[in-house]
Amino acid sequence: MELSEHIKTANVEDVTLRRPFHPALRGTLCVTSHHLLFSDRKDEASWQLLILLKNIDAIEKSIENLFGYPRAVGSSGTITIKCKDLLVLQLEIPGMEECLNIASSIEALSSLESMTEMYPFFYRPSHLTLHGPWGLSSTEQYYKQTERLWDRWRVSKVNSDYSVCPSYPSAVIVPREVDDDKLIRSARFRQGGRFPVLSYCHHRNGMVIMRSSQPLTGANKKRCKEDELLLQAVIDGSELGYIIDLRSAQQAQQARMTGGGFESKSCYSHWKRIHRHHERGKVVQESLTKLVEVCSDPSHSVDRWLSKLENSKWLSHVHSALSTAGLVVECVERDGHSVLVHGSEGTDNTLLVSSLAQLVLDPASRTVTGFLCLLEREWIQAGHPFQQRCAHSAYSHARLKQECPIFLLLLDCVWQVWRQFPLALEFSEALLLRLAQEVYASNYGTFLCNSEQERCAAGVKENTHCLFQSLLKPDIEEQYLNPLYEPTDLAIWPSVHPQSLQLWTGMFLRWTEYAQNMEEAREEVWSIVKEHRERAGPDRTNNTLSTHCDTLTPFENLMDELTIL
Amino acid sequence: MEHIRMPKVENVRLVDRSSSRRTHVGTLYLTATHTIFVGEGSEDRNELWVLHSLVCNVVKHKASQSGYPLLIHCKNFQVIQFIIPQESDCHDVYISLSRLSRPEKYEELYCFSFNPNVDKAEREHSWDFLDLKAEYSRMGLPNKLWHVTPINREYRVCDTYPADLFVPKSVTLPVIVGSSKFRSRGRFPTLSYYCKENHATICRSSQPLSGFSARCLEDEQMLQAIMKSNPGSRFMYVVGTRPKLNAMANRAAGKGYENEDNYCNIKFQFIGIENIHVMRNSQQKLIEVSALRSPSMGEFLTGLENSDWLRHIKSIMEAGLFISKAVAEEGVSVLVHCSDGWDRTAQVCSVASVLLDPYYRTLKGLMVLIEKDWVSFGHMFSHRCGHLIGEAKEVSPVIDQFLECVWQLMEQFPCAFEYSEKFLISIHNHIYSCHYGNFICNSQKERKDLILCIIKEKAHSIWLHLWEKKLDFMNPLFKPDQSQNQGLLRPSTAPYCFKYWRRLYNRFDRELHPRQSELDCLMTVKEETQQLEEELALYEQKMAVLDKERAKTLYMQKGVLDSKQALWSLPLDISLANTPQDYIGGAPNLCLFGDQTKSSDADNSDQESGVADFSSHSSGEESLPSEDSVKDPDSDETAM
Repeated sequence: MELSEHIKTANVEDVTLRRPFHPALRGTLCVTSHHLLFSDRKDEASWQLLILLKNIDAIEKSIENLFGYPRAVGSSGTITIKCKDLLVLQLEIPGMEECLNIASSIEALSSLESMTEMYPFFYRPSHLTLHGPWGLSSTEQYYKQTERLWDRWRVSKVNSDYSVCPSYPSAVIVPREVDDDKLIRSARFRQGGRFPVLSYCHHRNGMVIMRSSQPLTGANKKRCKEDELLLQAVIDGSELGYIIDLRSAQQAQQARMTGGGFESKSCYSHWKRIHRHHERGKVVQESLTKLVEVCSDPSHSVDRWLSKLENSKWLSHVHSALSTAGLVVECVERDGHSVLVHGSEGTDNTLLVSSLAQLVLDPASRTVTGFLCLLEREWIQAGHPFQQRCAHSAYSHARLKQECPIFLLLLDCVWQVWRQFPLALEFSEALLLRLAQEVYASNYGTFLCNSEQERCAAGVKENTHCLFQSLLKPDIEEQYLNPLYEPTDLAIWPSVHPQSLQLWTGMFLRWTEYAQNMEEAREEVWSIVKEHRERAGPDRTNNTLSTHCDTLTPFENLMDELTIL
Repeated sequence: MEHIRMPKVENVRLVDRSSSRRTHVGTLYLTATHTIFVGEGSEDRNELWVLHSLVCNVVKHKASQSGYPLLIHCKNFQVIQFIIPQESDCHDVYISLSRLSRPEKYEELYCFSFNPNVDKAEREHSWDFLDLKAEYSRMGLPNKLWHVTPINREYRVCDTYPADLFVPKSVTLPVIVGSSKFRSRGRFPTLSYYCKENHATICRSSQPLSGFSARCLEDEQMLQAIMKSNPGSRFMYVVGTRPKLNAMANRAAGKGYENEDNYCNIKFQFIGIENIHVMRNSQQKLIEVSALRSPSMGEFLTGLENSDWLRHIKSIMEAGLFISKAVAEEGVSVLVHCSDGWDRTAQVCSVASVLLDPYYRTLKGLMVLIEKDWVSFGHMFSHRCGHLIGEAKEVSPVIDQFLECVWQLMEQFPCAFEYSEKFLISIHNHIYSCHYGNFICNSQKERKDLILCIIKEKAHSIWLHLWEKKLDFMNPLFKPDQSQNQGLLRPSTAPYCFKYWRRLYNRFDRELHPRQSELDCLMTVKEETQQLEEELALYEQKMAVLDKERAKTLYMQKGVLDSKQALWSLPLDISLANTPQDYIGGAPNLCLFGDQTKSSDADNSDQESGVADFSSHSSGEESLPSEDSVKDPDSDETAM
């Protein structure tokens, strides 16, 4: 079936558009294969609103004049469109039939599942070309650039045909002394074949963060010698490593009944296991739904608001993600130990924790490029199933299957870090908001599919544009810069006290009057900084770096003295 | 001092609140004005000064292995825990502090012994810094409809009102006297704010003694006159700030509220704000929540909800918004009252004024507003803040709530205020600390009586002091010319706009606050830009003069710019960035680092950051926000 066959009515005149905190507009509504277009051409200045149909999470219609005659003069319907970026629109459409047609077209076209019919495969902007490298980096490039890995680590192509682990990329970084055969055996012992691979190597002490899925020990405590050797090779000799298991001890025990399990002390004697409970899947998805629901009702009393905010548990998820990331950082940076992170599948909370820990530890991941590379490495290449997790957002009435806003949770946590260290990240909140939007509905192919393997099969790299590359174009990147950025080499330990964590107003109250005043403040920050730059000259960055080094040195000395004490 | 049983105790341990494992050993001194803890080691920075007048209560806890814990809760929400080795010493400190922190006479308050290094003339000058007469004339008063009545010059009609009061010109003295007799404590309707654009006013009073049916012709005339002094409107609002049920209950006691049938053209509006006792309990609960040691997110939010604090803040904001809209949008005058007209009335009038008039969003404006609506109109600071030993039931955080309303507005309108939250926190601190003489006593009359003997002789005024430090309190984002910030602020009162004020309630828990300050950074950038501009202007001037040596001057100018760039180094305490947090807190039963080496590691590094924390607590580094209470002891130390 051609996409256009879904469109029963393509054009309606005299439609009234209502948006929160804006006056109503009248204009023409068009439905195309991938977009909803509203244009108001009343005066010379025309105003247009273009919504990707994929961005529409739910659509509600109410028909007035239900008991009257169909086609009676003045009959009309209202469609409420709830987008995945949390915008809610109302369209008043004259003519009941048109209204129903439009609604059913939108419903059909916004829930298409065929990959190659998605808009990224049709998006051809003039300033981008399809030829050339796709993405920012690959495992091999990352390895080449990271000199500290060369000694003890190697790139393995054991998964080059995706047969060892369908959700891993074709190349992964593993200990040099472990050969591919051992990796294959270890993969058989891990859920979904996700054997332990390197996620990050700390620039200060060479300690690493590894990630994997759970071991398949099962009820009768199976062992896998190669898996044990692999982990032994990670910590190299007599040191101690930490396994951060993202389930409670009880859940990990229960997992054995269904074939899963955990690394027992007796088999992995140099690894110490710590359990931290993290919610996942449906629970987190429901949190988002509840949070968005309470944010969109300003008529609540304060008590009701707080109780519903608490009840949504969203901030509790933020709290536990940041706490566990902090724990990982504590192990790596403060105590000098390597860490293995996993939950069950190793595709959700595992990635959340490992990437947050890197943001805290690694100054390189706090630049725009570094952060996007981190997302590419730890989420896209590492096989977070974006297509399943982000099929629907907070408003959908559809029966949810695999949806879970773990990536949005990551962005929220990053925002919390930025709130606490407003100078430490090169990017601003605007980048996080853009990513939150793109992950659900995008012109680009970056967030399509669930794994590298699927992306290869669908020809994503050949037929779509890469979001990250486009974000890094100088004129575009500028919109996402933090004007106050001051790089620091230190770990940026966030506070995880509930008093320190806040609702991400920029995201969840994005379409309220609240956001408008904040926009004004952001502009003022920019104008202060721009005025300064005009006065102080363009080579400010160099100076900043040098002054920063000056401030760092005495502090480090102080730390040494205290340690001796 | 006769109250000090024990001037010095050695080997006392100061417990860090963020982690009970971190302690500092040192010596505790009790002086006439401060409790001082001096940490061991040569660094003189390890000092903690606590003003006796800031101490809210002192509690002895059950003896532990290490000694006898003594907990000091301060009115600025600082909590300090000492562990004293000997029980008898602990008891002596406890008894001494309990007495020292509860002065019986005004003369014992700190403002009468605080003696900065200024001469008499300067001290007296500090009292003239704010002039309420000038404030009224800024509003456009007196004018042809409003004038100052001499009736309360001797405080005979109402001893809790100021001497100078604005009333409609058309009102005769007998009408005022009659009206005051019909109002609780004689607090007759009088002007608080005048809007010169449309002549609408905010007036304030106490409740009428109407009971179920009593009337007073003079009081009715008074309201009529207020209404008529606003030629543009045909009616006025009377806003009762108590819950309707409370107001009705008061009728049984011969008090109550205005009957719309008896007063011409009034519209009575109830906006329920709870009384001082409810507010006191609510804040107590809030303080308990803020002091929870590593609570879960759920515990914190539930605690916040159960305290009801933000609900009360919202109700005050809504009342202020109603009044400011009536004045600015409808052009209608408003009379506000609660019971006595010095708590909720003060809150609501001043919130409405901040919303209405951009002037009150400037540093000086806020000072004037507090001086006018609170100090002069007889908010009972001594009772509400518990300056002297007395009725615990009279204590209530009424002014805290006003300051918090302003803070909530600042959160919604980051560019509308000249001052930052540091200013509010500093005012809060000084209201309770009795460091300066402004917030002593319960009314202008009491203060005048006391002035005759001591206030102006010995105490200093806070306002000049704050004004001189104004650079610390500036909001770099302030845009006075922005049209949006010019007129009425229209805050949203949606529930999500009311937030927990961490900077105030967790003020001393440094690990809870952002490690880098956006505003401080912007302030530095702004100052530097200004400096560069000034120098550029200077050199341009010189260039004009030294026309012949043009080339040389150009060269110099370049030199200046280069040297200035180094100024970008910001006053950030970068060391803060590297303090690990307590990530284990949520699950205390989970032993993270079981083996011996690990736990000692953890202890060591805890201590590292502990020492760092502690030293900056007691030193008052410039870069740290909201540490002014700490700076103050420093400053008077040098003065003494």
